[in-house]
Amino acid sequence: MGRLFENGNLELFRDGFLQTVELSALSALFALLLGTLLAAFRVSPVPVLRVFGTVWVNTFRNTPLTVLFFAVVFGLPRLGVHFDNFTFAVIALSAYTGSFVCEVLRSGINTVQVGQAEAARSLGMTFSQTLTQVVLPQAARTVLGPMSSVFIALPRNSAIAGAFSVSELYHFQQTMTDLGYGIFLIFFWVALAYLFLSACVALIFRFLETRLAVAR
Amino acid sequence: MRTRRTIAAAMSVLALTAVAACGKEAPVAADNAVKLPTYTVKTDAKVEGSKTFDEAKKRGKLVIGAKADQPYLGFENTATGAREGFDIEIAKMIAADLGFAPDKIEFKTINSANRETSLIGGQIDYYVGTYTINDTRKQKVSFAGPYYIAGQDLLVLKDKAEFTGPESVKGKKVCSATGSTSVKKIEEFDPVKPVTQYDTYAQCVDKLLTNEVDAVTTDDAILKGFAAKNAGKLKVVGKTFSKEPYGVGLAKEDTAFQTAVAAALKAHEDNGDWKKAYDATLGLSGAAAPEIPALTN
Amino acid sequence: MSGSSVLYDVPGPRAKARNLILGVLAGAGLLGLLWYVYRSLADANQFTAAMWDPFQYKVAQEKILTGLLDTLKAFATAAVLSLILGALLAAGRLSDHKPVRTVCTAIVQFFRAMPLLIMIFALYQSLFTTSPFWGLVIGLALYNGAVQAEIIRSGINAVPRGQGEAAFALGLRKTQVMGTVLVPQAVRSMLPAIIGQLVVTLKDTSLGFVITYPELLYVGKLIAGTTATPDGYPYIPVTIIIGAIYITLCLLLTALAKWIEGRSRRGANRRTPAAA
Repeated sequence: MGRLFENGNLELFRDGFLQTVELSALSALFALLLGTLLAAFRVSPVPVLRVFGTVWVNTFRNTPLTVLFFAVVFGLPRLGVHFDNFTFAVIALSAYTGSFVCEVLRSGINTVQVGQAEAARSLGMTFSQTLTQVVLPQAARTVLGPMSSVFIALPRNSAIAGAFSVSELYHFQQTMTDLGYGIFLIFFWVALAYLFLSACVALIFRFLETRLAVAR
Repeated sequence: MRTRRTIAAAMSVLALTAVAACGKEAPVAADNAVKLPTYTVKTDAKVEGSKTFDEAKKRGKLVIGAKADQPYLGFENTATGAREGFDIEIAKMIAADLGFAPDKIEFKTINSANRETSLIGGQIDYYVGTYTINDTRKQKVSFAGPYYIAGQDLLVLKDKAEFTGPESVKGKKVCSATGSTSVKKIEEFDPVKPVTQYDTYAQCVDKLLTNEVDAVTTDDAILKGFAAKNAGKLKVVGKTFSKEPYGVGLAKEDTAFQTAVAAALKAHEDNGDWKKAYDATLGLSGAAAPEIPALTN
Repeated sequence: MSGSSVLYDVPGPRAKARNLILGVLAGAGLLGLLWYVYRSLADANQFTAAMWDPFQYKVAQEKILTGLLDTLKAFATAAVLSLILGALLAAGRLSDHKPVRTVCTAIVQFFRAMPLLIMIFALYQSLFTTSPFWGLVIGLALYNGAVQAEIIRSGINAVPRGQGEAAFALGLRKTQVMGTVLVPQAVRSMLPAIIGQLVVTLKDTSLGFVITYPELLYVGKLIAGTTATPDGYPYIPVTIIIGAIYITLCLLLTALAKWIEGRSRRGANRRTPAAA
């Protein structure tokens, strides 16, 4: 028992927190890219790509993230892909979150008025131009709400990486428990960190909402 | 009507799975070259004033916490369903002296993080599974033992001659269990940081076999088991750099039970069962039996 | 299809040819990738008999089956509890009393932000030391209940205002209005989203492995970790089998959601995607 932040435990907590932030931020970036690409696949005129997008999304949305971590951490090395555990965690998280981003975007694309795409096409824009310059920017506004819940979920999901050798906050919780500190004390600090993170994500999205609302 | 159809569909899926589960029986323990000892069950066993013992008697069986994923130590064979290993033998010896035959024992898999809680909560009667006796733990539970002195060591590929002791891990990739004290200890010897950590050692050993980490570190008892299981591929370096006295974990404040368990340990150490159990399990790794420690708890 | 066709013209002969070439190239690339994955795994001896050996034994199969049943048991209990909790919290957030509203909002926000893994571990270490089952179930119920509350609340808000006003005009009390008029309509319109969240609940039962609840993934890991083959431990076969079981279960639930959605599609059917 005793005080929690003794013997360098504060540094462990700080490092764990920073790892969680770093992991979430990188995964968010890649998930956004991957999700956009997948959404483009799913609405593209090429059937093979559509099928690929559908299969990807259905597979990854329906696999528990933990199982996905297993597949990445123990599967990829046998395919000759060797990274450190942090990179593996980013891969697993992005692949998983990306499929959710894709679904949100796709439903957003479907809400953009038909006339917009028609107008773009009548100006002679190609599929990719229509998508990236006309439809997606408008879809972005309507998807902000559902998108925020996907990205608030991301730091939460990143905790699973702690079970796969990434020294983030869950890992901190486990180490401290193993050292015999009281669970309520540990939980208090870890909970505080996650509340802070989700508040930050929520703030970012509120900011984006106001910005995009002005642009409308 | 509709819900009934849904339920029917769900049931048929379950039924299909059940039908699919019609595998064959596994060949029983072909790799146990040395025969395990058997223990005489005491018929008139009695522990005066022990709550744990009385409850076990009333239940008609003993519930023992153990590990399931440590070969030749605390292991659950997923092909035969049997529990095997040195810790399991220790648990059986004690059970025999308490008057419980092997078929009156129920093993429960409890991992390291949950040992204290399951003992305090009375989920198990006692725990045998690489449980190091220390003062922090003594505040929550009590121990009988030590019955084995383990020490942190390194497990490496057999042809790696450069590993001679803990100093050799400098600049190497090491793997251990999440948040364990082994991690803190090995970090003093300057391996690649952060140390790779998973929640089971099998995952570490897998990474060792695929050359993604250079060494696995934890108590030598655990490593010996993995070396025996992957015979011819792995070896334990054999230079321990910590002292881990293993004890039998017990609920606190049941001193009568503690005395009985300690007496049982002593009896089986003296009559040679301990040595036989070691030779049939961890001894298969090639490492000679260490000295039997004197009981202190 | 109907949504996507808006984005591009009906392809003419040239576009058709281009799409075909793109399709063939992409297809070939994907097949090549699949082949590479298969070859690498085969080269790493992942398809040898020894790797798949554990699954042919009765004990292992029974373990997987009990793991599946334990998963379903935890899921069913957590699902029921989370729906009850969700309804209560949603009602609380729409309460006329400010303290109730504040408390319920705080609860919802707190549990939505907390990682389940951390919750489950903390619950098991503190309150449910003797029962990993309840540690897992309560953890799942708290988190999913908070999310279900938000879904139900937005469903209630989406019910046309006239409904509630009419009910009040008939002299019904607030509880009656909620219980007999608003909530039933909200639940119906939000059913797809609710079931979508149930899929998340089902998937999250796999986190039970941190507190040794013997669900599917835990069993899979145990089987993999106790089977030493000359080529390492069969983590890949186990992942493939366990993953396939989870995907099947989730797809069944999703199919149920689609079916219900198809049956009850009337008026504006709002859909909120489930949080990841």
